[in-house]
Amino acid sequence: MIRSFGWESVEFLIRGAGWTLLLSLMTFVVGGFFALIFALLRTLGPKPVRLAIAGFIQLVQATPLLIVVFLAFYGLSFMGLHFPPMVAAGVSLAVYTTAFLADIWRGCIEAIPKQQWEAADALALTRIQQLRYVILPQAFKISLGPTVGFMVQIVKNTSVVALIGFVELTRAGQLLNNMTFQPFHVFLTVAAIYFAICYPLSFLSERLKGNRHVRPAH
Amino acid sequence: MSALHINEIKKYFGALLVLDGVSLDIEPSEVVAVIGRSGSGKSTMLRCINGLEKIQAGSIEVAGHRIGPQGGDLRSLRKEVGMVFQSYNLFPHLTVMENVTLAPKVVKGVDRQEAEAIAHDVLRRVGLAEKSGAYADELSGGQQQRVAIARSLAMQPKVMLFDEVTSALDPELTGEVLKTMEELADAGMTMVLVTHEMGFARQVADRTVFMHKGKIWEQGPSEELFANPQTPELRNFIAPNLK
Amino acid sequence: MAYQMNFAPVMALAPQLVEGALNTLILSGQAIVAGLAIGIVGAVSRTEGPRWLDRAVGVYVELFRNTPLLVQLFLIFFGLPYIGIRLSANMAAIIAIALNLGAYSTEILRAGLQAIPRTQVEAGLALGLSRLQVVRYVVIIPALRIIYPALTGQLTLTLLGSSIASAISATELTAAGARIESTTFRSLETFLCIAVIYITMTFAFRFVYWLVGLWLFRRKAPPKPSLIADVTEVSRAGA
Ligand SMILES: Nc1ncnc2c1ncn2[C@@H]1O[C@H](COP(=O)(O)OP(=O)(O)OP(=O)(O)O)[C@@H](O)[C@H]1O
Ligand SMILES: [Mg+2]
Repeated sequence: MIRSFGWESVEFLIRGAGWTLLLSLMTFVVGGFFALIFALLRTLGPKPVRLAIAGFIQLVQATPLLIVVFLAFYGLSFMGLHFPPMVAAGVSLAVYTTAFLADIWRGCIEAIPKQQWEAADALALTRIQQLRYVILPQAFKISLGPTVGFMVQIVKNTSVVALIGFVELTRAGQLLNNMTFQPFHVFLTVAAIYFAICYPLSFLSERLKGNRHVRPAH
Repeated sequence: MSALHINEIKKYFGALLVLDGVSLDIEPSEVVAVIGRSGSGKSTMLRCINGLEKIQAGSIEVAGHRIGPQGGDLRSLRKEVGMVFQSYNLFPHLTVMENVTLAPKVVKGVDRQEAEAIAHDVLRRVGLAEKSGAYADELSGGQQQRVAIARSLAMQPKVMLFDEVTSALDPELTGEVLKTMEELADAGMTMVLVTHEMGFARQVADRTVFMHKGKIWEQGPSEELFANPQTPELRNFIAPNLK
Repeated sequence: MAYQMNFAPVMALAPQLVEGALNTLILSGQAIVAGLAIGIVGAVSRTEGPRWLDRAVGVYVELFRNTPLLVQLFLIFFGLPYIGIRLSANMAAIIAIALNLGAYSTEILRAGLQAIPRTQVEAGLALGLSRLQVVRYVVIIPALRIIYPALTGQLTLTLLGSSIASAISATELTAAGARIESTTFRSLETFLCIAVIYITMTFAFRFVYWLVGLWLFRRKAPPKPSLIADVTEVSRAGA
């Protein structure tokens, strides 16, 4: 039992940060997977599918993340199944991430001038080939900055699942605070750890955005 | 048998009738220039020929592939019809070589070596053999447009469509692109070119078509058409172009 | 036997939901006013101020954009008393949210100011306008027009992000929901209702932005911002 703030506490927080990183990574992978599918369907799918995805994105983006987390947390147990908070945390963060990343990536796909599609079309490439060889490589390049930028949001967003009891960095901070009663030290350290994770990503994101014009599209 | 057969096509944009029953037959190796005022439907006609725009009536036939209002086998048609755009539209993330080999490789399934051999050949024809490793943004407009021509040529099309391919170029760069096109014409390529370069149309095109209000208003052997316009519309149109 | 949805117990407490929604509007409204004020001062400091001020504001911006709002809130609510500053839950929430919005809006507003070509400013000065007049007549509207989507998007995120304040039991909608949930035990129903209220408020906000935009930019149709700008803006989204 930790009684005052010291090295032991920092160690405890760093273990929490490990879970934050793991949860962020899972969220990015799972959310990114669905986001890619949604972004493609949102631009190229049949109209009802496009509308359904647009609707999903609009609704999620109009709901606080915390409420999405609560809905997943209580919704899953509503289905009569008992899940650890980890599952509700992962599901809700992934849903939220899907909605935002799908929107970002759709923007990147739509930022490619339509003449690029036409030129590929005129060369008799199929729709899939046009995407694969012409559109996505270019969209990928412009998406790098915004995507890394959104990773910062993902890391920060994971803090919200502390409120359903998942012990990641923020929850670890709360627990530690209950043991040590030194909130100032505890939360300052927690903030510093988040900053150490997020700032390099923000920096990288800005760099990537700045270098967007290496190969300009005509 | 004609290389390109356009039969009574109609094209609407919403309620706007842009092509009003256009018919045109083009013989193999024939070079046809299309002239007309802005908005007369020239680009739209080219885009319909290549299936970039759907037609609402009539039909288009190239090398046995036919498209109509219900569509048709667009991809087979496009393999036979090359298109070069006013704004070049090179793929900026690919080198010149990759731009040129992409379609032969993925559409025709040609292997890499052969695709590169084809690319070398067409790049040499447009005078850019030494630029194969460059990216679009490292080339001048004229060079980019010649790469675009090579990219299209690499598919060994039966017909090539050119839509004002020199309009975006600085005047001193139009010459090199026109020269490339003239060489293509001399080599026997079947070509349809929309152009504002009346001199070029007159000199290189076997036939010139004057479009007006979505119709082929007047056509004939280029020399004759320019020397002896029959309709007042064409006379008005070419008057300022003749000194 | 599967659980049966039953909204009746929650609906019986509808007045609490309405009150919660109003409190959320009040709380985030106050935070928005304060946050935008910080943003304006921050952006002007970064573009017009001396080097050191630009740097200092830059540090503030990076600190607040690279840590979670929830931790900022805990630090202010639980941490500050430790150094002798005691705040009510609501005040702590308003300050945390305002500082957070201040950091984002500083950067958004700065981008707007920098997007106006220097030549525009020079043209204004050359006509004999004062610096303030140049800002008033030449810079503000075009700059706002460029950043309007990003700025309004950030305000929406602020509204939604205020739900985090429930973590310290500030008076707002999510906290009201938590209370209703603990008396009715109808968790899913409660938070579905809460979600619907937030969604409604968000769309209402968007409608207001749209109206305000129509009025602000009534002289000319707003230019379509480049898609890349859209993308950059969305990438900032999140709690
Ligand atoms: N995608 C479109 N949607 C709606 N209307 C269009 C579209 N493309 C062309 N049009 C209209 O069709 C008409 C013919 O356009 P087109 O581009 O074929 O003219 P053009 O003869 O090529 O003119 P220019 O010399 O300016 O290139 C014009 O009135 C134009 O506004
Ligand atoms: Mg045209």
